[in-house]
Formats: sequence, C-alpha cells, structure tokens
Amino acid sequence: MNSTEKMNTIDLVNKNLAKRYRAEKRFKAYGIASIGFGLLCLVFLFTDIIGKGYTAFVQSYIQLEVNLDADTLDISDPSDPNQIAGANYMGVVKKALRERFPDVSGRRDKRKLYRLVSNGSGFDLRKMLEADPSILNTKQTIWLIADDDIDTYIKSASKDGKVFTGRVDEQAQGWVKSLIDNDEVETRFNTVFFTNGDSREPEQAGIRGAIMGSLFTMFVTLILSFPIGVAAAVYLEEYAPKNKWTDLIEVNINNLAAVPSIIFGLLGVAIFIGMFGMQRSLPLVGGMVLTLMTLPTIIISSRAAIKAVPPSIREAALGIGASKMQMILHHVLPLAMPGMLTGAIIGLAQALGETAPLLMIGMVAFIVDIPGGVADPATVLPVQIFLWSDSPERAFVERTSAAIMVLLGFLIIMNALAVWLRKRLERRW
Amino acid sequence: MEATASVDNAAQAEESKLKTMKEEVIAQPSVDDVQGTVGTPFVENAKMSMRDVNVYYAEKQAIFNVGLDIGKNEVVAMIGPSGCGKSTFLRCLNRMNDTIDICKVEGSLTLEGQDIYDPKLDVVPLRARVGMVFQKPNPFPKSIYDNVAYGPRIHGLTSRKAELDEIVETSLRKASLWDEVKDRLQAPGTGLSGGQQQRLCIARTIAVSPEVILMDEPCSALDPIATAKIEELIAELSENFTIAIVTHSMQQAARVSNRTAYFHLGKLIEVNDTEKVFTNPEHELTEAYITGRFG
Repeated sequence: MNSTEKMNTIDLVNKNLAKRYRAEKRFKAYGIASIGFGLLCLVFLFTDIIGKGYTAFVQSYIQLEVNLDADTLDISDPSDPNQIAGANYMGVVKKALRERFPDVSGRRDKRKLYRLVSNGSGFDLRKMLEADPSILNTKQTIWLIADDDIDTYIKSASKDGKVFTGRVDEQAQGWVKSLIDNDEVETRFNTVFFTNGDSREPEQAGIRGAIMGSLFTMFVTLILSFPIGVAAAVYLEEYAPKNKWTDLIEVNINNLAAVPSIIFGLLGVAIFIGMFGMQRSLPLVGGMVLTLMTLPTIIISSRAAIKAVPPSIREAALGIGASKMQMILHHVLPLAMPGMLTGAIIGLAQALGETAPLLMIGMVAFIVDIPGGVADPATVLPVQIFLWSDSPERAFVERTSAAIMVLLGFLIIMNALAVWLRKRLERRW
Repeated sequence: MEATASVDNAAQAEESKLKTMKEEVIAQPSVDDVQGTVGTPFVENAKMSMRDVNVYYAEKQAIFNVGLDIGKNEVVAMIGPSGCGKSTFLRCLNRMNDTIDICKVEGSLTLEGQDIYDPKLDVVPLRARVGMVFQKPNPFPKSIYDNVAYGPRIHGLTSRKAELDEIVETSLRKASLWDEVKDRLQAPGTGLSGGQQQRLCIARTIAVSPEVILMDEPCSALDPIATAKIEELIAELSENFTIAIVTHSMQQAARVSNRTAYFHLGKLIEVNDTEKVFTNPEHELTEAYITGRFG
C-alpha cells in the first residue's frame, strides 16, 4: 500500500516534470524574444541613421584655377586690412568658373554656373589671402566647396542605384560630368561639419556651435546639480528626522522626477527669464533648467548609494569616536561615490538629450557664432537636430543623421564613463 | 449568571492545568517574579557604574531596572539567551544607542563618577574613552595602517608621522597582529582573514587608548582557533583596560571573565564571580540557563 502510493507520487512528479520543463523553456523563450525584439529595433535604428548619415562625413570639392588679380578683387591698397576683408572674392570665383566653362552664355545659365560652388567660397579665399598676402595677383589652383545640391548629386552619382538629381538639371549635370572626367572633383573628409557653426547653406553648416553649447550647458548642469543633489541626499539620509515633513519631501522628490520636462522649461522661462531678467538662449539658463530636471535623479540615486553603505562601517567609525560629519566624509561618501557618480552621469546623459525645455528658453534660435562661454547665445545638439530635421534642403537630411550619430556617440561615451568610474572606484569590503 | 461563572471556572481550571503541564515539561522558572539582582553586582573600585537603567525601544521596554558596576581592570562577561538585552545594555555604555532614533535610556550611568548621559556631555570624547569592538569584524576599506591610524588621526593624538607609526605598531602588537602584518601595512584591511580582521578592529580600538573596551560577541563570526587567539588577547588586555564582553558562549565567559552577569528578558538576574556562576549559581534561572535547559 505504502510503496504503491510512493510509486504513484513519483510517477505523478515525472509526468508533470516534462510539462514543467516545457513551461520553463517557454518562459525563457519569452525573455529571449523580448531581447531579440529590442536588439532588432536598435539595429534598424542604427542602420537607418548610419545609412542616411554617413555621407555627411564627406564633402565634394571642385578644383578651379582662380586668378586673384587685384582689379577684380577691387583691392587698390593690399596693406589695408579693410580692403582685404571687404574684397569681391566671389567675383574672382565667378570669373574662374566662366573661364572653365567658356561656352556658357546668358544671365540665367551663368547664374546656374555660379551655383556649382558654395556661395561661402569667398570666405575661404579671404582666409587664404589673409594668411598669405603674397598670392595676390597670382593664379592659384584652389579646391572650393561644392554647393549642397551639386554635392548631393555627386555623392549619389558615385553610389550604385538611382541617382538623385534634385535641382541639378541636365546642363549642370553635364558640367559636373566634365569636371569629374577631368579629375577636377574630389570628395574629402568633411571638416567643415566639425569646425563650423550653423548655417543656412548646408555645405557650410557644422555642429561645432551645438557641441560647444551642449558642453557649456552640461558644465553648468553638473556643477549645480551634483553638489546640490549630494548635499540634499546626505541630509535626507543622515540627518533628517523621520517625520511627516521629510515624508512629504521624499514624495515630492519622486514626483519631480516624473514631471514632463517641458514644464521645467516653462518654469525656466517664468523664473530665470521672466523674474530674474536673464537673456534667452544662454547655456547658463539652459543649464539651470536642466539642473531642476536632473536633481531628482541625482538625489534618488545618491540616497540609494548612501543607504547601501553597510551600517557596520558607520558603527566602526562612530565606535572609535568619529563625529557624524567625519563618519560621513571619511567613510560613507567615499563608499557611496561610485553610485552617486553613476547617477550623476546618467542624469547628465538624460539632460544632454533633452530638447523640450530648451526650446522654451529660446535655445532654438538660429545661431551661427560658436559660443565662447556660458553667457553666449547657443544651441545644443538635440535642438540642432530638431532644427535641421525641419529644413527643406535635401543636404540637411544627411547632416541631421550625422548629428544624431555624434549625439549618440557622446551618450555612449558618457555611459561608458559611468561604467568605468563605477568599476574603478568600487571598493569591496 | 451562575452558569457563566461555572463556565469561567471550568476554563480557568483547564488553563491552570495546561500551565502546570507546560511547566512540568519545560520546568522553566518564571522571570515575572524576579525582584532585583542576586549576587554582587556592585564593587568597590568601580570604573563604570550603572543604576536603575531602563531602556525603551519606542513603547517596548528592553531593559528593566538594571544596576551593575564594572570594576577597574576587570573583565565582566554578560551572558543570557537571545533577546535578553545584554547587547542593548552594552551599547548604552558608550551611547552607541544614540544612533537609533526610537531608543530611550533612563537611569544613571557614570564613567568615573561622570554622568555619560549628561546632555552637555560630548559623545565624541566619551567614545574615545569607551571603545567598542563589534560582533562582525568591520575594518574600514582602507589599508591596515590607515585602519589603526584612523582613531589617533581624527582625535589629533599626534601630528608627527614617527609617533603615529609607533602608535600603530604598539596597537598592532597589543592586538598580537603585528608579526602577521608588519610586512604589508599598506595592504587593505579587508583582505585579512576573519580572525585577523577582528584583531585589527581591536588594534584600531586600542589605538586611541580607551579606558574601557566594550566587546559585543567579538568571536561569534570566528572559527575556534581565531576565537582562542582573541580570548588570549582579552586576558592580556585586561592588564591595562577595563573590559565588558557580551558573549553567547558560556565557555568563553568562563575562560575570560572575572565576573559574569546573567541577563534574562531584560532583567539582570545574577552577578557573581565567574567561577561561582558556573559551578554554584544562586538563582534558579541562571542554573537553568547554564545547564542548557533553555537559551
């Protein structure tokens, strides 16, 4: 009786066993499927962005024989810097183009011809002349930046598949072909993209201004939010009595973390700009608005890090007569530092990608100059992406994707830094 | 009316019958009618003396009217079943209970006649005079040297490197750890074995030259060999320091202490010379505990 009962139990267990293992396999498969889906989305996103954007890292240049004669440049006295600065550089470029394609006649065709090169080419010539005045009245072989439409056409022509002509008509295509056949077109690494500020002309537009703006904004955010966040966390964890007030504060910090970021932007407009009369578009104001947004993240992660310090370490310090401040400064904070830094970097990475609140405080303005400090008008990377994605020019599409790549690069670097710092500073006990 | 009364009576009779049965089985003497402490809780040359100490955690009372003296250069062991309040009492002696918000201490606790719960008294120098060694070895995640030097540094005992080196060396020697670590003073303290870590904690405590050392089950996380070393050390340290030790091991209490205090459910039942407690206890509760009938 007893043994048969036992047999039955075992049989029942065995019978269920297969079912249990199947359920377990399914359970695991759900997880794998979720991860796979996530990875697939990520791959799709990256291929899309990189596929659209990688061409922005190269730029077409057109070779021209430019005669820098003083007459066409309208320079009578080469020692006068005002004349050098105000000279008619586009005149010599146009003349060079006419000489390269002598059979082009008629106003309309000539205008089309002039649009082969960027109308910012004059600045490049000016820079050359300023650097080396002896080239005045000589013939120079110069590589000039191609216009964005021409650049897009050249790049798409060098790829397989459908050629994107856009606004480049057959006549202009013929000129480009003739230039290519004579090896007078070259694609080079697009340094302009990394050294220039924003521009209406895609071929002259760069992200340097946005990167500097982002750096200044992040700097302000970091130096404000980290000390304030850590101080608040230390007080709340170590000193604050546990009562209704601290409960209320805690609930509100958690609430603050969930407030939509555009609300912080409105708050910034109302307080920093409206009440304190600060200027719009400043990294200083942007940094302060993002500080409000980042603080809850830093406070919450710092509190968690402080809580994770084992009580035995606190007791050890107090037990040999350390004051509370000594206990915190010598033992709790060093042990909590990796966690707090991780929280701060993740908070900053979040702030780096933030757009909405910065739109509210005017960092969406079109700013060509590269900011030199926190009090210079600036824009930031995500806002620059937003601005370019809204532009009608075809060449801004690839630049938008390229800017997204740069932004993602910064985010990856910051997250890697967080991981590295945590590994580096982590101490075992 | 009558009917209910008879039912009540029957219930009462049943209850008392159950109670006697229970007592017969466990034969556990009741602590409710313990009045005061038997034996010799008070001594002539007291270093610390505690009178009528009551400790509360919020509403719950953990210690009831405890009075005890700790004599100069004496080792007093505190034993008793889990939750009897011996650790709580020990932690009152250098105000470590201050860190627990809900803990309230009443009564008179003095160190050489000075009230240690005087609101004007600063706990920082108090803890320099009354050091503590904890149950789990808790070295700082710093080097061995810095662990020992931490106390002298924060109290500003010396500003010269040579003097600090000397303090570190003598403390490690007193904790009989010097020979094992002298070649690797800059190695992390957390890399030592459990027993070495606990001796390091003892060295850290004696580096600030306290007058009293409180030990809260210092060997409970250690193996027998490490335990034997610590016990040896306690015997040596008692020449210079006054020691109060809480322990779960009765053998340990018997080996290291001069007097033994037996706590039970927050009351101090008996204090006597260690030999007397373990051979001829005065109180039936003590006897029940040391013979292993509960605990």
